[in-house]
Amino acid sequence: MKKRFQAAWLTALLLACAGTAGANPADPMAERVQACAGCHGEEGRSAAESYAPSIAGKPAGYLYQQLLGFRDGRRKHAVMQQMLAWLSDDYLRDMAAYYGTREPAQVPRPPRATAAVLARGRQLVEQGDAARRLPACAACHGDQLLGVQPAIPGLLNLRDEYLQAQLGAWRNGSRHAPAPDCMADIARRLSGEEIAAITAWIATRELPQEHRPAPRRDQPLPIDCGGVP
Amino acid sequence: MKTLLKWFALLLLPALAAALWLAWPDVREPALVEGAALPATAARIEQGRYLARAGNCIACHTQAGQAPYAGGRRIGTPFGDVFSTNLTPDRQTGLGAWTPGEFWRAMHHGRSRDGRLLYPAFPYTSYTRVSRKDSDAIFAYLQSLPAVAAPRQEPELRFPYNTQLALRAWRALYFRPGEQREDAQRTAQWNRGAYLVEGLGHCNACHTARNALGGIDLARNYGGGPIPTLGWEAPPLASPQPMSDAQAAEMVELLQGGTSRHGVTTGPMAEVVFHSLQYLQAADIDAMVTYIRSLPPVGDAPVPRQPRVSAARRAELMRSGEPIYRQHCADCHGQQGEGRDYVYPALVGNRMLTGASAGNAIRSVLLGGYGPSTARHPQPHGMPSFAQRLTSEEIAAVLTYARGNWGNEAPAVSPVEVQRH
Repeated sequence: MKKRFQAAWLTALLLACAGTAGANPADPMAERVQACAGCHGEEGRSAAESYAPSIAGKPAGYLYQQLLGFRDGRRKHAVMQQMLAWLSDDYLRDMAAYYGTREPAQVPRPPRATAAVLARGRQLVEQGDAARRLPACAACHGDQLLGVQPAIPGLLNLRDEYLQAQLGAWRNGSRHAPAPDCMADIARRLSGEEIAAITAWIATRELPQEHRPAPRRDQPLPIDCGGVP
Repeated sequence: MKTLLKWFALLLLPALAAALWLAWPDVREPALVEGAALPATAARIEQGRYLARAGNCIACHTQAGQAPYAGGRRIGTPFGDVFSTNLTPDRQTGLGAWTPGEFWRAMHHGRSRDGRLLYPAFPYTSYTRVSRKDSDAIFAYLQSLPAVAAPRQEPELRFPYNTQLALRAWRALYFRPGEQREDAQRTAQWNRGAYLVEGLGHCNACHTARNALGGIDLARNYGGGPIPTLGWEAPPLASPQPMSDAQAAEMVELLQGGTSRHGVTTGPMAEVVFHSLQYLQAADIDAMVTYIRSLPPVGDAPVPRQPRVSAARRAELMRSGEPIYRQHCADCHGQQGEGRDYVYPALVGNRMLTGASAGNAIRSVLLGGYGPSTARHPQPHGMPSFAQRLTSEEIAAVLTYARGNWGNEAPAVSPVEVQRH
């Protein structure tokens, strides 16, 4: 009995220690990315009130492309550029791999648009608009918008402001992906109202129980994307 | 007749004198000497690669994410922006049609192949000290690179700075072609260090303040100062007190690896370590530090005027800074600002933190950052950005606390100063 008590006590102590360390102490990357946690949250799960996107569990190839993009100026953000300016490709790849293997957590995001707007958003996300050569978001980002390995990001669990800002940045040319920049093409075909509707609807979707990005697929994408190998 | 003479004396003579003054450097500049072209052997190309790294050519002459040495990077100056040029051997847009002599003339006299004067954003005020032999080796290396077509981009300078006449005047004031002479009184190591620091290293391009016309203020050489348009401040290299052996050893570590026992390079210096210094041989880094230790002391760097902080206000900032330090800083920088060796910089005696100007410290708190990835420290630890988490008042308080504790004795930081960044 006493032994069992001791074991339980030790386990509790160990768990407590692991808790205070914030992350798996055996993984040296956990401490190296503490600088990221200030905005992106512990293990990349950003807080509900944070604008910075949750990055836990996104495809590592996608994250790596974004880190390169910030470092090399294809994406603009003063803090991200300053953070990554002098880091090697190898280090960025390891950081991406670390966050790609973290577990995301759903942040509640109550709908902030009218039913009509949400319906319009849903239609564009699920069906696109063939007449305007607008593929459905789901055609590339996966039926459930969970992303596809290795380089297409999931779109769930992100604030609508963040999603809007990204589409806006693509539309006005301040965010770039490797050419052909498919998202820039798509964003330029969307109106401001459509962007608002799409992002409002996506932001209301909850992470399902099984939320890993879909495995790599063989059929070609409906549109050419330089960032997707 | 008399009036005419008077007019002549009043207007024409000064104009003639000015023209002579502006043209004199051209008169003195020797004709282009090609000399016997040295063969571009593998060894010479390798030597050139090393020297190009010592000169950190790649940093300015590469647009992030694009082909190395193909130019196109926007370089900000207080007079407008210029774009770096294509150093790859493309015949139309790069150095493909250049000769070694023309390349040396650019390095030594700051003159392009077609005779145009070059903007001194290209630091020929320093490169003029590079020997012809080394210039030839760098040229051989650049010619060995894959040719990339990347046309020159027109500078976006304001009038009158965009004129050759303005450049002429600037050069007459601030540029003397020269060479690095051996000082027989000094050791070979010191002379090597002087050659690297004053020449390819072009350290005083940042570590010496510039005057309103962008001229390097040689009266306060290596006294440090704000780096134009970047928002960072270069610390002085000429220290008032002689550098101790321990400090010199730390400097060697910083230059070689970007991270030292107690410090880390940030901002533009991280870039210099990342692209340039980490690749230099230990003997060359030692030589540079030997030379830097010998620099004669100069007066304090110019500090941007700051709002005064009264003693009572300082005490208040110190008080409110302590809990902020405990909550946000102490986990990494230590309860007593001791840091963690080779991981998190110590704040005790930290020159960046305790300099007369708190500018770099404010930027580091606001933006956060990582040290550079180097062979010695491939995965450095980082500092988070506090721009979204702390107010200007809180940043001023925590910096005042860290600048005035554990033996640090730097003046307080006012919230207004934080807001300037």
